[in-house]
Amino acid sequence: MNDVMVDVRGVHKSFGPLQVLRGVDLTVRAGEVTVILGPSGSGKSTLLRTINHLEKVDSGWISIDGELIGYRRAGNKLHELKERDVLKQRTHIGFVFQNFNLFPHLTVLDNLLEAPVSALRRPKKEAEATARRLLDRVGLADKADAYPRQLSGGQQQRVAIARALALEPKVLLFDEPTSALDPELVGEVLDVIKDLARTGTTMIVVTHEIGFAREVADTVVFMDDGTVVEQGPPAAVLDDPQRERTRAFLAKVL
Amino acid sequence: MTTAAPDTAPAAPRVPPATADPAAFKVVPARHPARWAGAAAVLVLVAQFTHGLATNPVWEWRVFGDYVLSETIVQAVWVTLQLTAYATVLGFLLGTVLAFMRLSHSPVLQTVAWTYIWVFRSIPMIVQLVFWFNLSALYERLGIGIPFGPVFWSVDSDSLIGTIGAAVIGLTLHQAAYAAEIVRGGVLSVDSGQREAAAALGIPRLRQIRRIVLPQAMRAILPTAGNEIIGLLKGTSVVYVMAIGELFYQVQVVYGRNGRVIPLLLVATAWYVLLTSLLSVAQYYVERRYARGADRTPPPTPLQRARRFLRDLRAAAARREAPVTALHPGGESR
Repeated sequence: MNDVMVDVRGVHKSFGPLQVLRGVDLTVRAGEVTVILGPSGSGKSTLLRTINHLEKVDSGWISIDGELIGYRRAGNKLHELKERDVLKQRTHIGFVFQNFNLFPHLTVLDNLLEAPVSALRRPKKEAEATARRLLDRVGLADKADAYPRQLSGGQQQRVAIARALALEPKVLLFDEPTSALDPELVGEVLDVIKDLARTGTTMIVVTHEIGFAREVADTVVFMDDGTVVEQGPPAAVLDDPQRERTRAFLAKVL
Repeated sequence: MTTAAPDTAPAAPRVPPATADPAAFKVVPARHPARWAGAAAVLVLVAQFTHGLATNPVWEWRVFGDYVLSETIVQAVWVTLQLTAYATVLGFLLGTVLAFMRLSHSPVLQTVAWTYIWVFRSIPMIVQLVFWFNLSALYERLGIGIPFGPVFWSVDSDSLIGTIGAAVIGLTLHQAAYAAEIVRGGVLSVDSGQREAAAALGIPRLRQIRRIVLPQAMRAILPTAGNEIIGLLKGTSVVYVMAIGELFYQVQVVYGRNGRVIPLLLVATAWYVLLTSLLSVAQYYVERRYARGADRTPPPTPLQRARRFLRDLRAAAARREAPVTALHPGGESR
């Protein structure tokens, strides 16, 4: 078995009176793909956002490659990290948004250069070589000088994936990467993610694409109402669910 | 009309027959007589007004000509420009700081910024300027030291600030309050996902603002900021109450001496219009620069548009010279 890459322990999170996560545990091993399924409002996006500390947790903790995210431990106290240190930790965690969130005023190439140059202080030449290699990998080598709005949704999401990869992260998080796309563009984005899975990138993917989960996931996690209801290999969770809530959900989406 | 129509069809069919060549049908544009009449009426009024401008002796164009480029006036224009430039740069710098204070998570900074904006938007600029003019009455000496403690260095407020300084301070503080809200509006107009994406990529905080948020906010900031700067340029005329030799004050001095009120007001008007026009042109190009990436194809500049217009005109002329013949498919018109 591989080493544990992402470890989520007893994470709680509320937005005001609304409890979104009620004690979530999750373990992701290096090189594995974990797909999180669940109805909207089940807390899966929030869970993903706590992993790179875009949302603070109320209790519990998250570690990536043995490093606590957002906190420093001293005895049994967790000290909140300064923003600067959180930003540094985030360079190890790639995040792909549902709405791409590319920087529209920068060219595709500059979108990929921004973080490596400003956060990791890579020399620009070196970063540019990496960026062009990544664009080639997602099949958009010829779009380096285009602006994001000149691209289709699928192309934009592929650029966003390349942008996340430019930091050479330890883990990649995808928040419904195909939900904002026209149906005929979903495939090209999933193909890129599948290709990453084959090369052993550790990934956590929140999605509604059951077929994709079946094909790519090492582990499928079903969440509902802020808790993990069921998890296991795709064959077990998708074809032989043990819990009634999982069965009900799959019956609706399949 | 009915010569071509066979007897079996009482009226010409509304749709051309399927076999007809679409290129053979000529489109006759609709006529707009009311538009023509309106245009003619307006042109008559414009001609009347222009004629009046040129011939009414009250305008005294000769006096206008004598003064518009005179040394006194040009120097006054320079003072006006300086006041505008200082107040714009300093006002927007302070305004940006205030905007981010209001957007910060610190309730103290938020409150201070809000109060500042409230106070300086509440006081008429002219009242404020007279206040600053009389600053030495309020604080005779200004110094640097420990707050509420000893003062290490101090200076007479009059000699430190001077009249122009007081005017710049007054204009700046007034401008900053408005600039703060303009900048804040611009920042709020940027999708929160942008800041989030920058944070997720670990981009340092200041860089997030400078490189990601502000350039996009500029799109919303610039049109209003352009308004403000043009307003400020004209607003500097209020400074005449402090007897500073800017354009409006100097013009008043001259017509107080020679009694030629109308032509000298024209001098001031001409300069204000010229400077405002230059600012408008500058605004257009700055806006264009910040529009990069916003549209799939950027709109042409006026220069490009003018060139295209001339090209079209020439093409149209060439077509008119050509004899009216049916278009050959794939053939070129000369």
